[in-house]
Amino acid sequence: MSGRQIYMDNNATTPLHPEVKKTMIEAMDVFGNPSSLHGFGRHARQLVEAAREKVASFIGSLPEEIMFVASGSEGNNTVLSALTCQREQCAYHRAGVNEIITSTIEHPCVLETSRCLSERGIDVSYLDVDQYGKVSLEQLRELLSERTGLVSVMMANNEIGTIQDIKGIAEIVHEQGAVFHTDAVQAVGKIPVNVRELDVDFLTLSGHKMYGPKGIGALYVKKGAPFCPLIRGGHQERGRRAGTENTLGIIGLGKAIEMRSQEMKSDEKHLLEMKTALKKGIEENIPDVRFVGHPSDCIPNTLNVSFEGAEGEAIILYLDLEGIAVSTGSACASGSLDPSHVILATGLPAECAHGSIRISLGRENTMEEIGYVIDTLPRVIGKIRDMSTVYGRRKQ
Amino acid sequence: MTEAGWAYTDAVKEHFMNPKNILMDEDNYEEDGRGLTGNVKCGDEMIVVIKVDKEKGTITDCRWKTFGCASAIASTSVLSEMVKGMKLDDAYHLSSKDINRELGGLPEHKVHCSVLGDKALRMAINDYYLRNGMDDKVKKEEERVVCTCMNITDQEIEHAVLEGARTFYELQEMTKVGTGCGECEQEVTELLETYKNKHFCEV
Repeated sequence: MSGRQIYMDNNATTPLHPEVKKTMIEAMDVFGNPSSLHGFGRHARQLVEAAREKVASFIGSLPEEIMFVASGSEGNNTVLSALTCQREQCAYHRAGVNEIITSTIEHPCVLETSRCLSERGIDVSYLDVDQYGKVSLEQLRELLSERTGLVSVMMANNEIGTIQDIKGIAEIVHEQGAVFHTDAVQAVGKIPVNVRELDVDFLTLSGHKMYGPKGIGALYVKKGAPFCPLIRGGHQERGRRAGTENTLGIIGLGKAIEMRSQEMKSDEKHLLEMKTALKKGIEENIPDVRFVGHPSDCIPNTLNVSFEGAEGEAIILYLDLEGIAVSTGSACASGSLDPSHVILATGLPAECAHGSIRISLGRENTMEEIGYVIDTLPRVIGKIRDMSTVYGRRKQ
Repeated sequence: MTEAGWAYTDAVKEHFMNPKNILMDEDNYEEDGRGLTGNVKCGDEMIVVIKVDKEKGTITDCRWKTFGCASAIASTSVLSEMVKGMKLDDAYHLSSKDINRELGGLPEHKVHCSVLGDKALRMAINDYYLRNGMDDKVKKEEERVVCTCMNITDQEIEHAVLEGARTFYELQEMTKVGTGCGECEQEVTELLETYKNKHFCEV
């Protein structure tokens, strides 16, 4: 067992950028309540608003269109839950509009919320995806009706990295008069995202997926879009989200975004080089593998691969013993019975879904680390396949 | 760093890292009994083969293969060591609890991954009896319908307990047992306790 530790699970979370860490350590002494009128409060307010401007400028919105939330999950819950508001004065309350369209490969925070909404009288339809994880615009056209209030489709998938045609989806949704939300937690900070160009009404992003702190995210709400708060009882965030601002988190998110605006482009090149080498190394050294996800419309850091006859949790734990941290869509790792809903949605058989792992690279990874993974992986897969009931036997 | 997050005991880790008695040369292994259980689609499958000393009625060798997670690998590896030299009848009555004790305890949500090995072993022992004309010794694990409204068997209840059900309510959520007339509640509750005791030890 080697003493080294290689982190390649950046879609789960990322380490703090050193500059973000520095900024946050300095900001720890900023304790004033941004709502207070005195100097302590004003200082905090100033820092919060500066962060808001950074977030806004990074995605091409106005600062007042950005509200801070505690997580991507909160942002997504806020948008979806608003549709059930029954108050007549609520901007969301439109007679006869009681339908949501989303996709089968969304994050559980969207799928679970949708399931809950359907129990509260909302009709939920799910867009299927093709073998690459892309939703069909044709099917979207078919499902949309005057009853559709909201469509929510993620920009980039967390497990397989596939990027959707968000602009095309938004256009179709708007033709029908519905509003469009995209969960861009895995996209913002990895690929250029401009809310005006894409013409989305809501967009969710998260700090800890882009080398910022955990517990902070942002929701873009287009000026004039219908909105209904999830958390009530305070005037913060223009009355859209009650609760004293997470000043430290907001400052950290602002800094993280500032660093992304400087480094995203060069990181993208570095990530793609590493991913290409990794994919090639796996293909050349391990037989019977399948890559899941779109070959080109994919975030640059994510590689999802399925090894025939090898179970995902076992792969993850053997790699962990070798100092390599990745993740899996295997049922056994999540504690549920079903393997990844995303992999299954691409049409891969369940036995492949059980054997898929996700390698998500980050800015700190190196080519040398890629080499170590390429050296280690064939041995681990070989060991698991040697004891597999499926692999060696079928080949005999 | 990873050490802190490792949810398994040293024994599990050892058997996972260096699994014992894997059935490597399957074509040339002269087995006396074979058991196959699980399903690759569900994410786990297990083969257990045994050699038997027919005079003494003891297991002389036990080999296995699996498509399964770390817990399935470790528990079957330890099982294959435990049964060597054991009388067929004693081996038949080994439970996942015995295996867990030997491993120093699996995390509770992993116990269900460990039952494949002993199930395949019981199948291998029965297979040995069948091959040797001892049909009378074959023990059948017959299913029995407990909840007639929903047609739920005792094996389904056992499965749900292994999947984490700890209360009657949780069993209802998972299996729909007792959601009809409700007459089976007492029996189901008793079965629940039996299976909890059977599979989970106090570690």
